[in-house]
Amino acid sequence: MSEREVLELLRENARYSAADIARMTDLEEAEVEATIEELEAAGVVRGYQAVVDWDKLEDERVRAEVELNVTLDRETGYDDIAERLARFPQVKALRLISGDYDFDMEVEGDSIREVSQFISEKVAPVPEITQTVTHYVMTSYKENGIELGDGEGDDRLSFSP
Amino acid sequence: MTFELSDRVRTVPPSGIRRFFEIAEERDEVISLGVGEPDFATPWAARDAAITSLEQGKTSYTANRGKRELREAIADYVADRFELGYDPDEEILVTAGASEAVDLAFRAFVDPGDTVAIAQPSYISYEPGVIFAGGEVLPVPTREEDDFRLTVEGLEAAGAADADMLVLCYPNNPTGAIMPAEDLEPVAEFAREHDLTVLSDEIYAELTYDGEHTSIASFEGMRERTIVFNGFSKAHAMTGLRLGYALGPADAIGAMNKIHQYTMLSAPTTAQHAALEALDSCANEVQEMVDQYDRRRQFVLSRFREIGLDVFEAKGAFYCFPEVPEGFTAEEFAEEVLREQGVAVVPGDVFGDGGEGHLRISYATGLEDLRKALNRIEAFVEEHV
Ligand SMILES: Cc1ncc(COP(=O)(O)O)c(C=O)c1O
Repeated sequence: MSEREVLELLRENARYSAADIARMTDLEEAEVEATIEELEAAGVVRGYQAVVDWDKLEDERVRAEVELNVTLDRETGYDDIAERLARFPQVKALRLISGDYDFDMEVEGDSIREVSQFISEKVAPVPEITQTVTHYVMTSYKENGIELGDGEGDDRLSFSP
Repeated sequence: MTFELSDRVRTVPPSGIRRFFEIAEERDEVISLGVGEPDFATPWAARDAAITSLEQGKTSYTANRGKRELREAIADYVADRFELGYDPDEEILVTAGASEAVDLAFRAFVDPGDTVAIAQPSYISYEPGVIFAGGEVLPVPTREEDDFRLTVEGLEAAGAADADMLVLCYPNNPTGAIMPAEDLEPVAEFAREHDLTVLSDEIYAELTYDGEHTSIASFEGMRERTIVFNGFSKAHAMTGLRLGYALGPADAIGAMNKIHQYTMLSAPTTAQHAALEALDSCANEVQEMVDQYDRRRQFVLSRFREIGLDVFEAKGAFYCFPEVPEGFTAEEFAEEVLREQGVAVVPGDVFGDGGEGHLRISYATGLEDLRKALNRIEAFVEEHV
């Protein structure tokens, strides 16, 4: 199935051009373009982003994983709470999960202060939220399937039989 | 005192790759397409099995022929994948890489003066192996017009009917050629008719992209005259663990084991544990690597066509074999593209008759590097051709 293959390749590297993808598959370039357009139009592909190793930059980003517990009532469901939280630009990812808590929220900011303030002033006061536990990210080793850090390097010889 | 080298050692020339290696060492930012080994790490489960075996102190010799469990797993694997039936007790020998198995076969079956026909271009170790064993090499060139497949006409023209042994390597290093069953059948018949022993190096068998791999040993009357080599270096990305195996009739494998038990004793034990796990549980990882190679193969072939270099439609292994443009020998092209553009490739004549005028390009390299390397080759061609 070509959709699946195109998606896999885009997930591997969104900067592969349609020509690159056509070269790697049995598809024509025009077919690849059309497939990508369809996937975008259908909302399957929602966007393209760079995978950044913040540790390599001077101006550090502060990131936190926040556990949220909520109580629901007749009027308010998970989706309502999620919708409200997802609007904040500081929230980079928000997922309803199974287990000890309800939502798993990734927050980003320029300083610890900014992130803490956001959680105490914007998130904690939401009436349905009963508990927040904030974990600051200290080092990231892998993001979006890509290993960060200095990489293992290729220690193969440049020629071998 | 100087050592008086044996004639056998003296007559083997140094490897043609060496000089390029030195140039590559001097230059920064070389992207290497000269590598004959996977860029993937060994599947984790196999590495873990090796680690566990070490933790448990499993560091003694195994049976000369290899751990029995591993031989059983190999028997099941080759039966399942390639329709080859071999008895783990007597017909399988586990070796330190397919390299050792190839060497054992030459030493076990070649007498001084025997003629060994080698389909070329092919992997560089066969010829020295024959010479070290005291035999004589008969090159059987294959041609691009025949898709680098071995033909009966080619065998006859080279005089292989009078040879004692025939060496095959399909999927092929360096061309990436495969031998589909219909092309293998007449070669099998030729071997039977002229009573040739056949050594079939099938280490790239899993890396076959169009259709299934067929072993020459699976044809009628061939099992009894063929030794099949395989191993874990390529498909299982285990080159450094040094593990391979030979399959053949009991008396032949027994003869090879006779040499093996005095020279190697047994293949590396840690690697045998890794290999067992690789066969047991890593089929998905192998498939993923094969899928990646296939994409890169298509990418590289398509880029060479765009660049305007004729390129053979490779269907196996992880090599492709473009022609160098007019005005260059393969060696000149390889040297200049390395010096000017920092791309390492291997000239095809290193691999014997039929390889002249070609380059071996390995796509066991990530796509980003392949893309860069091919852009550089394109720039080189635009400037000089
Ligand atoms: C055709 C062929 N046979 C055998 C080998 C060596 O394999 P091993 O690592 O199992 O000794 C290679 C390695 O490049 C090869 O290309």
